[in-house]
Amino acid sequence: MNPFELLRGLWTTFLNFLERPVTYQYPEIKRPVRERFRGRHELKRYDNGLEKCIGCALCAAACPADAIFVEAAENTDEERFSPGERYASTYEINFLRCIFCGFCEDACPTEAIVLEHNYELSYTDRRSAIYGKDKLLVPVPESGKPTPMKVEPGSFDRAVPEMEDPK
Amino acid sequence: MDLALLLEWTIKALVILMVFVVLGAAYLTYFERRMLARFQVRIGPNRAGPLGLLQPIADTIKLMFKEDLIPAEADKVLFIFAPIITVIPAMILLAVIPIGPEVWGINLDLAADINVGVLYIMAVSSIAVYGIAIAGWSSANKYSLMGGIRAAAQMISYELPLALAFVGPILLTNSENPMSVHEIVRAQQSLWFVVLQPVGFLIYLMAAVAEINRAPFDMPEAEQELTAGYHTEYSGLKFALFYLAEYGKMLVVSFIGATLFLGGYWGPFVDQVPLLGPVYLLAKVVVLLYFIVWLRATYPRMRYDKLMAFGWKFMLPLALLNVMITAAVIVLVGG
Repeated sequence: MNPFELLRGLWTTFLNFLERPVTYQYPEIKRPVRERFRGRHELKRYDNGLEKCIGCALCAAACPADAIFVEAAENTDEERFSPGERYASTYEINFLRCIFCGFCEDACPTEAIVLEHNYELSYTDRRSAIYGKDKLLVPVPESGKPTPMKVEPGSFDRAVPEMEDPK
Repeated sequence: MDLALLLEWTIKALVILMVFVVLGAAYLTYFERRMLARFQVRIGPNRAGPLGLLQPIADTIKLMFKEDLIPAEADKVLFIFAPIITVIPAMILLAVIPIGPEVWGINLDLAADINVGVLYIMAVSSIAVYGIAIAGWSSANKYSLMGGIRAAAQMISYELPLALAFVGPILLTNSENPMSVHEIVRAQQSLWFVVLQPVGFLIYLMAAVAEINRAPFDMPEAEQELTAGYHTEYSGLKFALFYLAEYGKMLVVSFIGATLFLGGYWGPFVDQVPLLGPVYLLAKVVVLLYFIVWLRATYPRMRYDKLMAFGWKFMLPLALLNVMITAAVIVLVGG
Protein backbone atom coordinates (compact mmCIF):
# COMPACT_ATOMS: atom_id res chain seq x y z
CA MET A 1 0.00 0.00 0.00
CA ASN A 2 1.66 3.11 -1.25
CA PRO A 3 0.39 6.05 0.81
CA PHE A 4 0.75 8.44 -2.12
CA GLU A 5 -1.39 6.23 -4.29
CA LEU A 6 -3.96 6.05 -1.50
CA LEU A 7 -4.05 9.85 -1.34
CA ARG A 8 -4.34 10.05 -5.11
CA GLY A 9 -7.37 7.77 -4.88
CA LEU A 10 -8.95 10.01 -2.29
CA TRP A 11 -8.30 13.03 -4.50
CA THR A 12 -9.92 11.34 -7.50
CA THR A 13 -13.12 10.61 -5.62
CA PHE A 14 -13.12 14.10 -4.17
CA LEU A 15 -13.01 15.59 -7.67
CA ASN A 16 -16.03 13.48 -8.49
CA PHE A 17 -17.74 14.84 -5.40
CA LEU A 18 -17.43 18.37 -6.74
CA GLU A 19 -18.98 17.47 -10.05
CA ARG A 20 -22.61 18.14 -10.90
CA PRO A 21 -24.78 15.03 -10.51
CA VAL A 22 -25.74 13.55 -13.85
CA THR A 23 -29.10 12.36 -12.56
CA TYR A 24 -32.26 13.36 -14.41
CA GLN A 25 -35.07 13.98 -11.93
CA TYR A 26 -37.37 11.64 -13.81
CA PRO A 27 -40.99 12.54 -13.21
CA GLU A 28 -40.20 16.24 -13.64
CA ILE A 29 -37.66 15.94 -16.44
CA LYS A 30 -38.40 13.40 -19.15
CA ARG A 31 -35.73 12.72 -21.66
CA PRO A 32 -37.02 12.17 -25.22
CA VAL A 33 -36.72 8.61 -26.44
CA ARG A 34 -35.21 7.57 -29.76
CA GLU A 35 -37.36 7.93 -32.84
CA ARG A 36 -37.60 4.15 -33.28
CA PHE A 37 -38.23 3.46 -29.58
CA ARG A 38 -40.86 0.78 -29.10
CA GLY A 39 -43.31 1.87 -26.43
CA ARG A 40 -47.04 1.38 -26.05
CA HIS A 41 -48.97 0.52 -29.22
CA GLU A 42 -51.43 2.81 -30.94
CA LEU A 43 -54.09 1.88 -33.47
CA LYS A 44 -53.96 4.52 -36.22
CA ARG A 45 -56.71 6.10 -38.29
CA TYR A 46 -56.83 7.47 -41.81
CA ASP A 47 -57.21 11.23 -42.27
CA ASN A 48 -60.92 10.80 -42.92
CA GLY A 49 -61.38 9.12 -39.54
CA LEU A 50 -61.65 5.49 -40.63
CA GLU A 51 -59.65 2.98 -38.63
CA LYS A 52 -56.69 1.48 -40.41
CA CYS A 53 -57.11 -1.84 -38.66
CA ILE A 54 -59.04 -4.35 -40.76
CA GLY A 55 -59.18 -7.10 -38.17
CA CYS A 56 -56.97 -9.55 -40.08
CA ALA A 57 -55.24 -10.71 -36.87
CA LEU A 58 -51.86 -11.03 -38.56
CA CYS A 59 -50.45 -9.15 -35.58
CA ALA A 60 -51.86 -11.75 -33.23
CA ALA A 61 -50.31 -14.47 -35.38
CA ALA A 62 -46.94 -12.73 -35.38
CA CYS A 63 -46.93 -12.05 -31.67
CA PRO A 64 -44.34 -14.32 -29.98
CA ALA A 65 -45.81 -13.66 -26.54
CA ASP A 66 -49.41 -14.25 -27.58
CA ALA A 67 -50.34 -10.89 -26.13
CA ILE A 68 -52.78 -9.73 -28.82
CA PHE A 69 -56.38 -10.80 -29.20
CA VAL A 70 -58.35 -9.67 -32.25
CA GLU A 71 -61.97 -10.36 -33.09
CA ALA A 72 -63.24 -9.18 -36.44
CA ALA A 73 -66.73 -8.17 -37.56
CA GLU A 74 -68.27 -7.21 -40.90
CA ASN A 75 -68.31 -3.63 -42.14
CA THR A 76 -71.37 -2.29 -43.92
CA ASP A 77 -71.74 0.95 -45.79
CA GLU A 78 -74.27 2.02 -43.18
CA GLU A 79 -71.84 1.41 -40.29
CA ARG A 80 -68.33 1.54 -41.61
CA PHE A 81 -65.36 1.37 -39.23
CA SER A 82 -62.56 0.67 -41.69
CA PRO A 83 -62.10 0.25 -45.44
CA GLY A 84 -62.83 -3.17 -46.88
CA GLU A 85 -64.97 -5.99 -45.61
CA ARG A 86 -64.04 -6.33 -41.98
CA TYR A 87 -62.87 -4.38 -38.98
CA ALA A 88 -61.64 -5.29 -35.50
CA SER A 89 -64.63 -5.31 -33.19
CA THR A 90 -62.38 -6.32 -30.31
CA TYR A 91 -58.70 -5.50 -30.14
CA GLU A 92 -56.91 -6.24 -26.89
CA ILE A 93 -53.25 -6.19 -25.94
CA ASN A 94 -52.18 -7.71 -22.66
CA PHE A 95 -49.25 -5.58 -21.55
CA LEU A 96 -48.23 -8.11 -18.95
CA ARG A 97 -47.41 -10.44 -21.85
CA CYS A 98 -46.20 -7.97 -24.44
CA ILE A 99 -42.44 -7.90 -24.86
CA PHE A 100 -42.43 -4.83 -27.13
CA CYS A 101 -40.65 -6.65 -29.95
CA GLY A 102 -42.57 -4.79 -32.67
CA PHE A 103 -43.37 -7.89 -34.72
CA CYS A 104 -47.05 -6.85 -34.79
CA GLU A 105 -46.00 -3.58 -36.39
CA ASP A 106 -44.06 -5.49 -39.05
CA ALA A 107 -46.88 -7.91 -39.70
CA CYS A 108 -49.59 -5.27 -40.15
CA PRO A 109 -50.60 -4.95 -43.84
CA THR A 110 -52.20 -1.52 -43.32
CA GLU A 111 -49.71 0.05 -40.88
CA ALA A 112 -52.52 0.25 -38.38
CA ILE A 113 -50.59 -0.73 -35.28
CA VAL A 114 -47.55 1.32 -34.39
CA LEU A 115 -45.39 1.16 -31.28
CA GLU A 116 -45.17 4.74 -30.07
CA HIS A 117 -43.11 6.46 -27.42
CA ASN A 118 -45.20 6.05 -24.28
CA TYR A 119 -43.30 3.85 -21.81
CA GLU A 120 -45.16 4.87 -18.64
CA LEU A 121 -47.27 1.77 -18.23
CA SER A 122 -48.27 0.68 -14.76
CA TYR A 123 -51.24 -1.14 -13.33
CA THR A 124 -52.59 -2.00 -9.95
CA ASP A 125 -54.29 -5.21 -11.03
CA ARG A 126 -53.92 -7.71 -13.83
CA ARG A 127 -57.21 -6.87 -15.46
CA SER A 128 -56.21 -3.26 -16.07
CA ALA A 129 -53.06 -4.41 -17.87
CA ILE A 130 -55.24 -5.47 -20.79
CA TYR A 131 -55.74 -2.46 -23.03
CA GLY A 132 -58.75 -2.52 -25.30
CA LYS A 133 -59.63 -0.49 -28.35
CA ASP A 134 -60.84 2.36 -26.17
CA LYS A 135 -57.28 3.01 -25.01
CA LEU A 136 -55.31 1.88 -28.04
CA LEU A 137 -57.21 3.71 -30.77
CA VAL A 138 -55.98 7.22 -31.46
CA PRO A 139 -58.50 10.11 -31.38
CA VAL A 140 -60.31 11.09 -34.58
CA PRO A 141 -58.23 13.59 -36.58
CA GLU A 142 -59.66 17.04 -37.27
CA SER A 143 -60.24 16.28 -40.93
CA GLY A 144 -62.23 13.14 -40.19
CA LYS A 145 -65.47 11.92 -38.72
CA PRO A 146 -65.90 9.41 -35.90
CA THR A 147 -66.54 5.74 -36.63
CA PRO A 148 -68.88 4.08 -37.37
CA MET A 149 -69.64 6.38 -40.28
CA LYS A 150 -72.21 6.20 -43.05
CA VAL A 151 -70.54 6.22 -46.47
CA GLU A 152 -71.46 6.07 -50.18
CA PRO A 153 -71.84 2.43 -51.21
CA GLY A 154 -68.80 1.14 -53.03
CA SER A 155 -66.45 3.92 -52.00
CA PHE A 156 -64.28 1.92 -49.55
CA ASP A 157 -64.06 -1.53 -51.10
CA ARG A 158 -60.35 -2.01 -50.87
CA ALA A 159 -59.11 -3.14 -47.44
CA VAL A 160 -55.38 -2.62 -47.95
CA PRO A 161 -54.55 0.87 -49.22
CA GLU A 162 -52.18 1.56 -52.07
CA MET A 163 -48.99 2.35 -50.22
CA GLU A 164 -45.69 3.89 -51.17
CA ASP A 165 -42.61 1.81 -50.84
CA PRO A 166 -42.41 0.25 -47.39
CA LYS A 167 -40.65 2.55 -45.00
CA MET B 1 -27.83 9.78 46.61
CA ASP B 2 -30.69 12.19 46.36
CA LEU B 3 -33.61 11.72 44.08
CA ALA B 4 -32.99 14.80 41.93
CA LEU B 5 -29.57 13.55 40.89
CA LEU B 6 -30.92 10.13 40.10
CA LEU B 7 -33.68 11.69 38.05
CA GLU B 8 -31.20 13.84 36.18
CA TRP B 9 -29.06 10.84 35.32
CA THR B 10 -32.03 8.81 34.19
CA ILE B 11 -33.30 11.59 31.98
CA LYS B 12 -29.85 12.25 30.56
CA ALA B 13 -29.19 8.58 29.95
CA LEU B 14 -32.54 7.65 28.49
CA VAL B 15 -33.72 10.70 26.68
CA ILE B 16 -30.56 12.46 25.54
CA LEU B 17 -28.34 9.47 24.93
CA MET B 18 -30.85 7.13 23.36
CA VAL B 19 -32.75 9.72 21.39
CA PHE B 20 -29.55 11.39 20.31
CA VAL B 21 -27.87 8.18 19.18
CA VAL B 22 -30.97 6.73 17.55
CA LEU B 23 -31.83 9.90 15.67
CA GLY B 24 -28.17 10.55 14.93
CA ALA B 25 -27.69 7.07 13.52
CA ALA B 26 -30.90 7.33 11.50
CA TYR B 27 -29.88 10.61 9.95
CA LEU B 28 -26.35 9.36 9.50
CA THR B 29 -27.73 6.83 7.02
CA TYR B 30 -29.31 9.73 5.16
CA PHE B 31 -26.06 11.72 5.34
CA GLU B 32 -24.08 8.77 4.05
CA ARG B 33 -26.46 8.04 1.20
CA ARG B 34 -26.49 11.65 0.08
CA MET B 35 -22.70 12.04 0.30
CA LEU B 36 -22.00 8.67 -1.31
CA ALA B 37 -24.36 9.63 -4.10
CA ARG B 38 -22.42 12.82 -4.71
CA PHE B 39 -19.17 10.86 -4.81
CA GLN B 40 -20.75 8.74 -7.52
CA VAL B 41 -22.08 11.84 -9.33
CA ARG B 42 -25.66 11.03 -8.35
CA ILE B 43 -28.14 12.98 -6.23
CA GLY B 44 -29.22 10.41 -3.67
CA PRO B 45 -32.52 10.12 -1.82
CA ASN B 46 -34.40 13.40 -2.25
CA ARG B 47 -38.04 12.36 -2.59
CA ALA B 48 -39.37 11.66 0.92
CA GLY B 49 -40.06 15.08 2.37
CA PRO B 50 -38.07 18.23 1.60
CA LEU B 51 -34.59 17.22 0.37
CA GLY B 52 -35.48 13.66 1.28
CA LEU B 53 -35.21 14.45 4.97
CA LEU B 54 -37.98 12.01 5.87
CA GLN B 55 -36.13 9.13 4.22
CA PRO B 56 -34.75 7.64 7.50
CA ILE B 57 -38.25 7.72 8.99
CA ALA B 58 -39.70 6.04 5.92
CA ASP B 59 -36.97 3.39 6.12
CA THR B 60 -37.69 2.79 9.79
CA ILE B 61 -41.41 2.40 9.18
CA LYS B 62 -40.71 0.01 6.33
CA LEU B 63 -38.42 -2.10 8.52
CA MET B 64 -41.00 -2.14 11.31
CA PHE B 65 -43.61 -3.66 9.03
CA LYS B 66 -41.30 -6.34 7.68
CA GLU B 67 -41.87 -9.91 8.74
CA ASP B 68 -39.73 -10.86 11.71
CA LEU B 69 -38.12 -14.16 10.76
CA ILE B 70 -36.29 -16.54 13.06
CA PRO B 71 -34.66 -19.50 11.29
CA ALA B 72 -35.91 -22.88 12.45
CA GLU B 73 -32.40 -24.08 13.27
CA ALA B 74 -31.44 -20.90 15.13
CA ASP B 75 -30.71 -20.68 18.82
CA LYS B 76 -33.72 -18.52 19.55
CA VAL B 77 -32.67 -16.91 22.82
CA LEU B 78 -29.25 -15.89 21.55
CA PHE B 79 -30.71 -14.93 18.19
CA ILE B 80 -32.98 -12.42 19.89
CA PHE B 81 -30.35 -11.17 22.34
CA ALA B 82 -27.56 -10.64 19.80
CA PRO B 83 -28.90 -7.41 18.27
CA ILE B 84 -29.59 -6.03 21.75
CA ILE B 85 -26.06 -6.81 22.90
CA THR B 86 -24.74 -5.14 19.78
CA VAL B 87 -26.79 -1.98 20.02
CA ILE B 88 -26.45 -1.16 23.72
CA PRO B 89 -22.68 -0.41 23.70
CA ALA B 90 -23.11 1.86 20.71
CA MET B 91 -25.77 3.76 22.62
CA ILE B 92 -24.00 4.17 25.94
CA LEU B 93 -20.52 4.95 24.60
CA LEU B 94 -21.26 8.63 24.21
CA ALA B 95 -21.91 9.00 27.94
CA VAL B 96 -18.40 10.17 28.76
CA ILE B 97 -18.01 12.62 25.90
CA PRO B 98 -18.05 16.27 27.02
CA ILE B 99 -19.95 18.41 24.55
CA GLY B 100 -19.05 21.81 25.97
CA PRO B 101 -17.23 23.66 28.72
CA GLU B 102 -18.85 24.57 32.04
CA VAL B 103 -21.85 26.86 31.66
CA TRP B 104 -23.28 28.45 34.83
CA GLY B 105 -21.53 25.80 36.90
CA ILE B 106 -23.03 22.90 34.95
CA ASN B 107 -20.80 20.58 33.00
CA LEU B 108 -22.06 20.28 29.45
CA ASP B 109 -21.81 16.58 28.89
CA LEU B 110 -24.15 13.87 27.79
CA ALA B 111 -24.12 11.91 31.02
CA ALA B 112 -21.07 11.76 33.24
CA ASP B 113 -17.50 12.77 33.86
CA ILE B 114 -15.84 9.64 35.16
CA ASN B 115 -12.15 9.52 35.96
CA VAL B 116 -11.53 6.46 33.78
CA GLY B 117 -13.41 7.71 30.76
CA VAL B 118 -11.00 6.36 28.16
CA LEU B 119 -10.98 2.98 29.85
CA TYR B 120 -14.79 3.03 29.82
CA ILE B 121 -14.74 3.65 26.08
CA MET B 122 -12.37 0.74 25.51
CA ALA B 123 -14.31 -1.60 27.77
CA VAL B 124 -17.74 -0.84 26.39
CA SER B 125 -16.69 -0.88 22.77
CA SER B 126 -15.27 -4.37 23.31
CA ILE B 127 -18.68 -5.68 24.31
CA ALA B 128 -20.11 -5.07 20.86
CA VAL B 129 -18.02 -7.88 19.42
CA TYR B 130 -19.97 -10.39 21.53
CA GLY B 131 -23.21 -9.34 19.93
CA ILE B 132 -21.83 -9.76 16.44
CA ALA B 133 -20.13 -13.07 17.16
CA ILE B 134 -23.27 -14.42 18.86
CA ALA B 135 -25.44 -13.20 16.00
CA GLY B 136 -23.23 -15.06 13.55
CA TRP B 137 -23.24 -18.21 15.60
CA SER B 138 -26.90 -18.37 16.57
CA SER B 139 -28.21 -17.89 13.04
CA ALA B 140 -27.22 -21.43 12.03
CA ASN B 141 -26.08 -20.16 8.66
CA LYS B 142 -22.61 -20.59 7.24
CA TYR B 143 -22.43 -17.03 5.91
CA SER B 144 -23.49 -15.64 9.27
CA LEU B 145 -20.96 -17.82 11.04
CA MET B 146 -18.16 -16.75 8.73
CA GLY B 147 -19.15 -13.11 9.18
CA GLY B 148 -19.29 -13.49 12.94
CA ILE B 149 -15.88 -15.16 13.10
CA ARG B 150 -14.34 -12.57 10.85
CA ALA B 151 -15.88 -9.78 12.88
CA ALA B 152 -14.62 -11.22 16.15
CA ALA B 153 -11.08 -11.71 14.86
CA GLN B 154 -10.96 -8.33 13.17
CA MET B 155 -12.39 -6.34 16.05
CA ILE B 156 -10.11 -7.97 18.60
CA SER B 157 -7.07 -7.41 16.39
CA TYR B 158 -7.81 -3.77 15.77
CA GLU B 159 -8.73 -3.04 19.36
CA LEU B 160 -5.05 -3.18 20.29
CA PRO B 161 -3.85 -0.38 17.99
CA LEU B 162 -7.02 1.50 18.90
CA ALA B 163 -6.20 1.30 22.60
CA LEU B 164 -2.58 2.21 21.95
CA ALA B 165 -3.71 5.22 19.94
CA PHE B 166 -5.62 6.38 23.02
CA VAL B 167 -2.43 6.24 25.07
CA GLY B 168 -0.94 9.22 23.22
CA PRO B 169 -3.54 11.76 24.38
CA ILE B 170 -3.51 10.23 27.86
CA LEU B 171 0.26 10.67 28.13
CA LEU B 172 0.05 14.23 26.87
CA THR B 173 -2.62 15.20 29.40
CA ASN B 174 -0.87 16.76 32.35
CA SER B 175 -3.45 16.31 35.05
CA GLU B 176 -4.51 14.30 38.07
CA ASN B 177 -6.88 12.20 36.03
CA PRO B 178 -5.36 11.83 32.57
CA MET B 179 -7.84 9.07 31.77
CA SER B 180 -10.82 11.39 32.16
CA VAL B 181 -12.10 12.49 28.79
CA HIS B 182 -12.98 15.90 30.23
CA GLU B 183 -9.38 16.42 31.36
CA ILE B 184 -8.07 15.37 27.97
CA VAL B 185 -10.28 17.94 26.28
CA ARG B 186 -9.29 20.66 28.75
CA ALA B 187 -5.63 19.95 28.01
CA GLN B 188 -6.23 20.69 24.33
CA GLN B 189 -7.38 24.28 24.84
CA SER B 190 -4.24 25.77 23.31
CA LEU B 191 -3.10 22.97 21.04
CA TRP B 192 -5.05 20.07 19.56
CA PHE B 193 -3.44 16.69 20.15
CA VAL B 194 -3.60 15.87 16.46
CA VAL B 195 -0.65 18.25 16.02
CA LEU B 196 1.42 16.42 18.61
CA GLN B 197 0.10 12.97 17.69
CA PRO B 198 -0.36 12.87 13.91
CA VAL B 199 0.64 9.21 13.73
CA GLY B 200 -1.57 8.39 16.67
CA PHE B 201 -4.51 10.10 14.96
CA LEU B 202 -3.95 8.17 11.73
CA ILE B 203 -3.72 4.91 13.65
CA TYR B 204 -6.90 5.81 15.49
CA LEU B 205 -8.73 6.55 12.25
CA MET B 206 -7.70 3.31 10.56
CA ALA B 207 -8.27 1.15 13.61
CA ALA B 208 -11.62 2.81 14.27
CA VAL B 209 -12.82 2.21 10.72
CA ALA B 210 -11.81 -1.43 11.11
CA GLU B 211 -13.41 -1.61 14.54
CA ILE B 212 -16.79 -0.48 13.24
CA ASN B 213 -16.55 -2.83 10.24
CA ARG B 214 -16.81 -0.22 7.57
CA ALA B 215 -15.32 -0.08 4.11
CA PRO B 216 -12.54 -0.70 3.24
CA PHE B 217 -12.48 -3.03 6.26
CA ASP B 218 -16.10 -4.22 5.99
CA MET B 219 -15.01 -7.83 5.89
CA PRO B 220 -17.68 -9.20 8.30
CA GLU B 221 -20.50 -8.09 6.02
CA ALA B 222 -18.77 -8.39 2.68
CA GLU B 223 -21.86 -8.77 0.55
CA GLN B 224 -20.10 -10.28 -2.44
CA GLU B 225 -18.67 -13.13 -0.39
CA LEU B 226 -20.94 -13.51 2.63
CA THR B 227 -24.31 -12.17 1.40
CA ALA B 228 -24.59 -9.93 4.47
CA GLY B 229 -22.29 -11.59 7.00
CA TYR B 230 -23.48 -11.89 10.56
CA HIS B 231 -26.90 -10.30 9.93
CA THR B 232 -27.83 -12.42 6.92
CA GLU B 233 -30.71 -14.09 8.75
CA TYR B 234 -32.03 -11.00 10.46
CA SER B 235 -35.03 -9.05 9.28
CA GLY B 236 -37.40 -6.39 10.47
CA LEU B 237 -36.60 -4.55 13.66
CA LYS B 238 -33.75 -6.88 14.64
CA PHE B 239 -32.01 -6.00 11.41
CA ALA B 240 -32.77 -2.35 12.12
CA LEU B 241 -31.01 -2.73 15.47
CA PHE B 242 -27.85 -3.99 13.75
CA TYR B 243 -28.03 -1.09 11.37
CA LEU B 244 -28.56 1.27 14.26
CA ALA B 245 -25.54 -0.22 16.04
CA GLU B 246 -23.35 0.09 12.96
CA TYR B 247 -24.21 3.71 12.32
CA GLY B 248 -24.31 4.51 16.01
CA LYS B 249 -20.74 3.21 16.34
CA MET B 250 -19.73 5.27 13.32
CA LEU B 251 -21.13 8.31 15.10
CA VAL B 252 -19.41 7.32 18.34
CA VAL B 253 -15.94 6.82 16.89
CA SER B 254 -16.25 10.19 15.19
CA PHE B 255 -17.16 11.77 18.52
CA ILE B 256 -14.25 10.06 20.26
CA GLY B 257 -11.81 11.00 17.50
CA ALA B 258 -12.96 14.61 17.60
CA THR B 259 -12.70 14.65 21.38
CA LEU B 260 -9.35 12.97 21.88
CA PHE B 261 -7.47 14.39 18.90
CA LEU B 262 -9.30 17.34 17.40
CA GLY B 263 -9.73 19.39 20.55
CA GLY B 264 -13.25 18.33 21.45
CA TYR B 265 -15.43 21.38 21.90
CA TRP B 266 -12.58 23.90 21.67
CA GLY B 267 -12.64 26.48 18.94
CA PRO B 268 -12.45 30.25 18.58
CA PHE B 269 -14.47 32.22 21.19
CA VAL B 270 -15.58 29.19 23.21
CA ASP B 271 -14.08 30.98 26.24
CA GLN B 272 -16.51 33.86 25.91
CA VAL B 273 -19.52 31.98 24.50
CA PRO B 274 -19.50 28.48 26.00
CA LEU B 275 -22.56 27.44 24.02
CA LEU B 276 -20.43 27.49 20.87
CA GLY B 277 -18.71 24.36 22.24
CA PRO B 278 -21.33 21.83 21.07
CA VAL B 279 -21.44 23.50 17.66
CA TYR B 280 -17.69 23.13 17.18
CA LEU B 281 -17.76 19.55 18.40
CA LEU B 282 -20.57 18.67 16.02
CA ALA B 283 -18.74 20.33 13.13
CA LYS B 284 -15.63 18.26 13.84
CA VAL B 285 -17.75 15.12 14.09
CA VAL B 286 -19.35 15.84 10.74
CA VAL B 287 -15.93 16.29 9.17
CA LEU B 288 -14.82 12.92 10.51
CA LEU B 289 -18.04 11.27 9.38
CA TYR B 290 -17.55 12.76 5.95
CA PHE B 291 -14.05 11.32 5.91
CA ILE B 292 -15.35 7.85 6.77
CA VAL B 293 -17.89 8.05 3.96
CA TRP B 294 -15.16 9.33 1.67
CA LEU B 295 -13.05 6.27 2.49
CA ARG B 296 -15.98 4.03 1.62
CA ALA B 297 -16.45 5.83 -1.68
CA THR B 298 -12.79 5.44 -2.56
CA TYR B 299 -11.25 2.15 -1.52
CA PRO B 300 -12.13 -1.41 -2.43
CA ARG B 301 -12.42 -3.99 0.32
CA MET B 302 -9.16 -5.46 1.59
CA ARG B 303 -8.51 -9.16 1.39
CA TYR B 304 -9.12 -10.79 4.74
CA ASP B 305 -5.62 -12.20 5.34
CA LYS B 306 -4.08 -8.89 4.28
CA LEU B 307 -6.37 -7.12 6.69
CA MET B 308 -5.20 -9.28 9.59
CA ALA B 309 -1.57 -9.01 8.52
CA PHE B 310 -1.95 -5.25 8.26
CA GLY B 311 -3.40 -5.11 11.76
CA TRP B 312 -0.82 -7.27 13.47
CA LYS B 313 2.32 -6.65 11.45
CA PHE B 314 1.98 -2.97 10.70
CA MET B 315 -0.59 -1.17 12.86
CA LEU B 316 0.33 -2.76 16.18
CA PRO B 317 4.13 -2.18 15.91
CA LEU B 318 3.52 1.32 14.62
CA ALA B 319 1.18 2.09 17.51
CA LEU B 320 3.67 0.65 20.02
CA LEU B 321 6.45 2.70 18.50
CA ASN B 322 4.30 5.79 18.63
CA VAL B 323 3.59 5.24 22.33
CA MET B 324 7.28 4.62 23.08
CA ILE B 325 8.45 7.73 21.26
CA THR B 326 5.73 9.86 22.84
CA ALA B 327 6.61 8.61 26.30
CA ALA B 328 10.35 9.11 25.72
CA VAL B 329 9.86 12.65 24.43
CA ILE B 330 7.62 13.54 27.36
CA VAL B 331 10.20 12.21 29.83
CA LEU B 332 13.09 14.00 28.08
CA VAL B 333 11.37 17.30 27.34
CA GLY B 334 9.05 17.26 30.29
CA GLY B 335 5.29 17.07 29.63
